Amino acid sequence: MHSFQYHRPTSTAEAEGLAQKASESRFLAGGMSLLPALKLRLAQPSDLIDLSRIGDLKGISVTGSEVRIKAMTTHATVAASPEVRKAIPALADLAASIGDPQVRNRGTIGGSLANSDPAADYPAAVLALNATIHTSRRTIAADSYFKGLFETALAPNEVITAVSFPVPQGAAYEKFFHPASRFAVVGVFVARSASGVRVGVTGAGPCAFRATAFEQALSKNFSADALKGLRVPADGLNSDIHAAADYRAHLIGVLARRAVAAA
Amino acid sequence: MTVQGIGAAVRRKEDRRFLTGRGTYTDDINRPGQLYAVILRSPHAHARILKVDTSAAAKMPGVAAIFIGSDMAKDNLGSIPCGWLIKNKDDTPMAEPPHPPLVTDRVRHVGDQVAVVIAENRNQARDAAEAIRVDYEVLPAIVDTASAAKPGAPQVWDQAKNNVCFDWHLGDKAAVDAAFVKAHHVTKIDLVNNRLIPNALEPRAAIGEYDRATGDYTLYTTSQNPHLIRLLMGAFVLHLPEHKLRVVAPDVGGGFGSKIYHYAEEAIVTWAAGKLGRPIKWTADRSESFMSDAHGRDHVSHAELAMDANGNFLALRVATIANVGAYLSTFSTCVPTYLYATLLAGVYKTPAIYAEVKAVFTNTVVVDAYRGAGRPEATYLLERLVDKAAREMKIDRVELRRRNLIPRDAFPYQTPVALQYDSGDYQSTLDIGLKNADWSGFEARRAEAKKRGKLRGIGISTYIEACGIAPSAVVGSLGARAGLYESAAVRVHPTGSVSVMTGTHSHGQGHETTFAQLVADRLGIPIENVDVVHGDTSKIPFGMGTYGSRSLAVGGSAIVKALDKVVKKATRIAAHLLEASEADIEFKNGTFTVAGTDRSVPFGSVALTAYVPHNYPITELEPGLEELAFYDPLNFTYPGGCHICEVEIDPETGTTEVVKFTAVDDIGRVINPMIVEGQVHGGITQGIGQALLEACVYDKESGQILTGSYNDYTMPRADNLPSFTVETHNTFCTHNPLGAKGVGEVGAIGSPPAIINAVIDALSPLGVHDIEMPATPQRVWRAIQSAATARAAE
Amino acid sequence: MPTVTMTVNGRRVTGEVEPRTLLVQFIRETLGLTGTHVGCDTSQCGTCVVHVDGNSVKSCTMLAAQAEGTTVTTIEGLANGDLHPMQAAFNEHHGLQCGFCTPGMVMSAIDLVNRNKSPSEHDIREWLEGNICRCTGYHNIVKAIKAGAQAMAGGKR
Repeated sequence: MHSFQYHRPTSTAEAEGLAQKASESRFLAGGMSLLPALKLRLAQPSDLIDLSRIGDLKGISVTGSEVRIKAMTTHATVAASPEVRKAIPALADLAASIGDPQVRNRGTIGGSLANSDPAADYPAAVLALNATIHTSRRTIAADSYFKGLFETALAPNEVITAVSFPVPQGAAYEKFFHPASRFAVVGVFVARSASGVRVGVTGAGPCAFRATAFEQALSKNFSADALKGLRVPADGLNSDIHAAADYRAHLIGVLARRAVAAA
Repeated sequence: MTVQGIGAAVRRKEDRRFLTGRGTYTDDINRPGQLYAVILRSPHAHARILKVDTSAAAKMPGVAAIFIGSDMAKDNLGSIPCGWLIKNKDDTPMAEPPHPPLVTDRVRHVGDQVAVVIAENRNQARDAAEAIRVDYEVLPAIVDTASAAKPGAPQVWDQAKNNVCFDWHLGDKAAVDAAFVKAHHVTKIDLVNNRLIPNALEPRAAIGEYDRATGDYTLYTTSQNPHLIRLLMGAFVLHLPEHKLRVVAPDVGGGFGSKIYHYAEEAIVTWAAGKLGRPIKWTADRSESFMSDAHGRDHVSHAELAMDANGNFLALRVATIANVGAYLSTFSTCVPTYLYATLLAGVYKTPAIYAEVKAVFTNTVVVDAYRGAGRPEATYLLERLVDKAAREMKIDRVELRRRNLIPRDAFPYQTPVALQYDSGDYQSTLDIGLKNADWSGFEARRAEAKKRGKLRGIGISTYIEACGIAPSAVVGSLGARAGLYESAAVRVHPTGSVSVMTGTHSHGQGHETTFAQLVADRLGIPIENVDVVHGDTSKIPFGMGTYGSRSLAVGGSAIVKALDKVVKKATRIAAHLLEASEADIEFKNGTFTVAGTDRSVPFGSVALTAYVPHNYPITELEPGLEELAFYDPLNFTYPGGCHICEVEIDPETGTTEVVKFTAVDDIGRVINPMIVEGQVHGGITQGIGQALLEACVYDKESGQILTGSYNDYTMPRADNLPSFTVETHNTFCTHNPLGAKGVGEVGAIGSPPAIINAVIDALSPLGVHDIEMPATPQRVWRAIQSAATARAAE
Repeated sequence: MPTVTMTVNGRRVTGEVEPRTLLVQFIRETLGLTGTHVGCDTSQCGTCVVHVDGNSVKSCTMLAAQAEGTTVTTIEGLANGDLHPMQAAFNEHHGLQCGFCTPGMVMSAIDLVNRNKSPSEHDIREWLEGNICRCTGYHNIVKAIKAGAQAMAGGKR
């Protein structure tokens, strides 16, 4: 790791202020992506601003229509939450599939979404459930949040404070694990609600996206059979030694059918 | 003493320190005034070094020194040696290019050592290493095994034309050619044995230390064989005599072959410690391990099997290209030759075999022995070939094996590829394997799986391997530059407790328990009273270390020899104490008795008498009770057995799950069955890793390693595996005193072909008859797709 | 340099560290507790697992500064003199060979049992996703954790 200054603010306002003063700062949430990157010297921030001591960033609240998860809530907390499991079981399943137990004990939903790793799990749920990202400055709709590879709609120094997920009628998350890293080679989150069906796909592209052709077919007929013959084009999908674009395109179909069957 | 003696599942003595966090691994050791070394490594696969500018780095905080290749060259240091000279078909010696600890003019693989930065702490050394400026002229690189020797490939070494290190052969070509002419059918196969990275969980580390007062050097290192490191580094690289160089291999966190070899970093820290007069520690980051630990396997082979109309094997012809990497590592040259081609008879009575092996240099990390070393490559080739032959001949694969097995009564059995098997019972291990795996009930399981949408397959491998490489005279005549015996010293202390100094090294194998059991069994004392000392050249007379499953068969035999001497001397002392003739003394359960009487003296009293020789035959016998033995085996040992794997494949995603794994191994005498099972479990898992998960992949253009972290190199995890069904069915080795054969590698040798044969069995209804290792989901899915396309085209 | 203070194995400790110091470095180098290991640099191998405020975490992926004010338990702090039932189970069932992954395995296993008193083989294998062992093939680790869970339920600890 390169050296840096470390800060531990107690409010989001203080965090934003510290970030503005620094020449190149990074917010530190659970650190499950940021710290490994720093260890490999892939990033060289001047200042690290630890959000863990900001009192108001942890916790889950569930109303009849919405699950609201504050940004510094760990994956383990979401996975183990009886309220989440009752309202949106697929979301608890997704959280339980992230990384490994130790990663889940530290990693947070806010950190995951701010980082927007193309293979992270939460983005699929955010898109499929049409979630809202709450920040220190505004709210951002799911559909306008993911912008590209590690790119989001967040402005410099903007802090995610919470994510709210509308409770769907039914949902499921199917994930094809990367054999080594255990990230998603492809993850497909299917959610059915009064306004229709949404399908969020992660792992396959530069950032999470919706499989709109699938959504249209499923909105008419919510069954695995409705997806027969439909394919997400391989063009523009990620390719690496473990999964070429055409294989990922194929997996999106397989996982979507399985998610529909499970939802 | 059967509770703790030979055959007892004694719980391990060494566990307590590991379980309480009190093991002492190399990086746990800190020496007073210690500095930290970081190696600057080449980012390029192949490049000329035009200039190295360390001026800015040298001024960074905490930097004590920076050395580059020319600094080491000035001291006239030697090259890291290769331990085995292989001769070409025309009897000329192999190409043997130099291997300096720090390179001077050219880097030859990503990770090659360019400079060392030594600083007060690790972060400072890292910061400074980043500030070194190196101008490289990047050269084209070759990483691909199959094409390395083809004309036009980039050349790794000027002295190795077409990148060929050696072009070697074994066997009777004329006899093989003649047999092929007469063959009813010939089965041909092309195979890749995938390149693997050993990945012992403890990264390599080394601490060099120099004592100005005495001129003594000490090296603490993560090694499987400290004496070998002392020899190679002392005599060949740093020119330090043995009595001024101590090498300590403390607790070592796994080796699997990768910690046999003498590595550059050991020489660098030892040499630099002398230069600076302060201890210097280097510890690899895992990312460094991926590009600096010796890799394993990496063969490309073509094989042909000639059969008569009944499926009797007539002859085998094999041509293999083996990648040795950019330099020659310690044992790299004997692995694809004498540990590979000599095993191509397998368990079969094939009368004629001819093998050609071309070793090639590439711009990759060195390739050397990894668990099994040559024998997994031979086994994989044979067992894939036999399955394919069965398919082509329309003979049941078990039946074809049975027809060709070496019969029980044929031992000692001379193979056409140099080895003489001393014992074995391949029919029984096969029969037990089939029964334990419920082979005959498989089709019902396949049908049941089909209902769940899964493709179920079963695969088998009947294998042999060779352990305890020896005897010294023979291996010497074949090019080995060292002896392959083992030493042991048994020191009986005055009050009857015992220290055993062994030249083998335990890095997970449990020697501290197994060897203590040998002593307990023989001397009739509790294992608590036995300490096994290993891993320190200042404490152990000599040793060749642990690899090739040699520790018990060779090292254990040396202990038995030393115990023989102890008992012999103790018997003479007892005879004196009991005023009887030596011939009348019996030694049993720790007590010397005059035969047929109740006159006896316990072992402890004899030990005390040896050191307090008041009543002692002093004119005939020296006081003390300590004996040294060297044991040089008469032959290899030959473990073998039968591995059966059952898989289920999800045809939609291509994911393969190992649902059942059955192993029946013949490993000779078992000292501790609990430890034996553990060794088999671990070996099978590395075999499953090779067959389904692991591969070291280099980018063919850039020569960059694409699997350089656990994010891309798939290590087997708990959820990739089932629990295993393992059993031994043992015939004893006929030529060592224990009858032991070795167990460290059987799991990794027998399993890969069983797994791939199972995958092919599962996929064959879809028309898939070949798949490469590792059979990853994507690869399986593609194989299914192409078979479907081919079927559609028919 | 900033100081950090935490409770490690029941002892309150304070140390001056650079902000970039990892918790595992603080444990190994500042406190000299070398039972916690480092086997990779990408947060996968799990040899560095310790408990922070009762949860298993990878101490290689946490700054010492982030552990300010927490309670940390390392392998050395599991038992006083005798072995913790989980440690004893690893010995009894030969759940270790070279011992390098063992401290992390044991710490991880105890966290599992704290959450799931009676884990199945499947639960155990899934939970061990973050702990790599290169020696045992996990067979005996799984057995040991099952037995360790039973022993822990037996009220030994």
